[in-house]
Amino acid sequence: MARVLRTLRRTAWQAIPTVIAVVVIDFFLLRLAPGDAADALAAESGSATEETMAALRAHFGLDQPAFVQFLSYIGNLLHFSLGFSPLYNMPVSRLIGERLPGTLLLMATALSLALLIGITAGVVMSMFAGRLTDRVLSVIALLFYSVPGFWIGLMLIVLFSVRLGWLPSGGAETIGAGLTGWPWLLDRARHLILPAVSLALFFIAIYARLVRASMLEVRDQDYVRTATAKGLSRTAVTLRHMLWNALLPVTTVAGMHVGAILGGAVVVETVFSWPGLGRLAFEAVLKRDFSVLLGILLLSSLLVIAVNVLVDLLQAWLDPRIALR
Amino acid sequence: MKSLGLFLRNPTGLAGSSLLLLVIVAALLAPVLFPGDPLDMATTPFIWPLQDPAFPLGSDSLGRDVLAGIVHGARVSVLIGFASTFVGVVIGTLVGACAGYFGGRLDDLLVRLMEVFQTFPPFLLIIVLVSIAEPSVATITAAIGIVSWPTVARLVRAEFRSLRERDFVLAARGLGYGAARIVFLEILPNAAAPIIVTTSVMVATAILNESALSFLGLGDPNLVSWGSMIGAGRDQLRTAWYLVALPGAALVITVLSLNLFGDGLNDALNPRARGR
Repeated sequence: MARVLRTLRRTAWQAIPTVIAVVVIDFFLLRLAPGDAADALAAESGSATEETMAALRAHFGLDQPAFVQFLSYIGNLLHFSLGFSPLYNMPVSRLIGERLPGTLLLMATALSLALLIGITAGVVMSMFAGRLTDRVLSVIALLFYSVPGFWIGLMLIVLFSVRLGWLPSGGAETIGAGLTGWPWLLDRARHLILPAVSLALFFIAIYARLVRASMLEVRDQDYVRTATAKGLSRTAVTLRHMLWNALLPVTTVAGMHVGAILGGAVVVETVFSWPGLGRLAFEAVLKRDFSVLLGILLLSSLLVIAVNVLVDLLQAWLDPRIALR
Repeated sequence: MKSLGLFLRNPTGLAGSSLLLLVIVAALLAPVLFPGDPLDMATTPFIWPLQDPAFPLGSDSLGRDVLAGIVHGARVSVLIGFASTFVGVVIGTLVGACAGYFGGRLDDLLVRLMEVFQTFPPFLLIIVLVSIAEPSVATITAAIGIVSWPTVARLVRAEFRSLRERDFVLAARGLGYGAARIVFLEILPNAAAPIIVTTSVMVATAILNESALSFLGLGDPNLVSWGSMIGAGRDQLRTAWYLVALPGAALVITVLSLNLFGDGLNDALNPRARGR
């Protein structure tokens, strides 16, 4: 436990400069974006004079020098405020807060699905390495690796919603059905299946290939031979001795891919009208609401940093040698 | 040369390179095979595939030839795929080589920079950059390149770190060669194999990113691309799903060919993985 805590202190300390750099880049991207909140409001209302524009700019502090604006941006961030979205007429942080759970649910489901299927497939492939089972699964994995999530999402809609009518084609729940308890949960799950599968396919392929490779890597090591020599069954050796060690690279890669899953969620959410951050980002692009867009970018980066700290902790727990470094 | 022979005897690599060649030829010959703007109306709307011999893959809601769109769409995918990878590889190699060869403070700084860039979700950063700079082939290429360089930089840095103390580098240093000459003419050729393998995967990723971008309507509005065709066909998903299926199939085949190509290269260039 002390080891894990030591790792936490070290990695959290290292994350601070990264967070600062992310905030600075985010601010400058916001400055680069064409138009500001006053322009957006003026475009929305349709009529604005020079005087009202100037008054609006003064109101939002947009007439201040860049450095002063940066300081107030930092000050706002320290109060967990990401600014105000004139188009949605609410604080950006509240807007994001409303959409964040949807995205987290989708990401977590997709990631669990990908890890479960990917690791299983990888173990099966390594056990039959070079034989037909391995070849067939390898081809399927390569196919999953090459299919864009938004396209497979649309194809799944054609098959399961339009043709078979088994699953809903979009949304997070049946609107106006007034369900509670188990039927509500079932309804949510039915809406979750297609988007989660579309998002997971690519990562299933990655984990399957990775687990296969690292299982083959550890297969010839002495401790595996020892385990076999002392009479353990093949299943026990594979699952308890080999897989445990093969999991380490999977945790690294899974941590690295949080950002990629978030990016994939943007497109998948628009396909399935899933109420999450991704669709909010897309709407923000269409409405040219850069404060919302950059708020999402900032929050996602912070999420990635946080997950990487967690992965470091997980690895310190999985492999005692890591904390010694 | 031995690697080339190995590569050509590898069924994966061979299948990948033949498919890839087909896509590149289609992209190059598009203006000859289908002269005229593929965005113009060519026939009656909603002809299903295999119904009209003049339009073997049918037509879309505006009567545009789907086959012409797919062949012309290959141009955008191939162009942006390769150009943005080039941008990413050049930046990544320069940064990675400096960090790996010189080490020390510079290395710490550059590694930090890579970390910062890698915390941004790649596709989200591409969307932000493209929507700030207005979508065009040039801005999309630049955005995808900017997002992809840290992967190369990490790889090149690791290679350079392991190579910089080797005897041939020490010998070159002993001969009084300058840093630039050692980095580019001595170490880089020895680090080329993993860079080349990564490149094919990067082209595949870039093509996927471009298609997702134009699917969302953030592609170059003046050009037909597979992503924009899928995006347009989405409105008729219930009645004419082939409008989504066909450009998507072209996309999958292209990306698959690049991944097969990369796997084949990896087997040929990386002797350790052989026999697996």
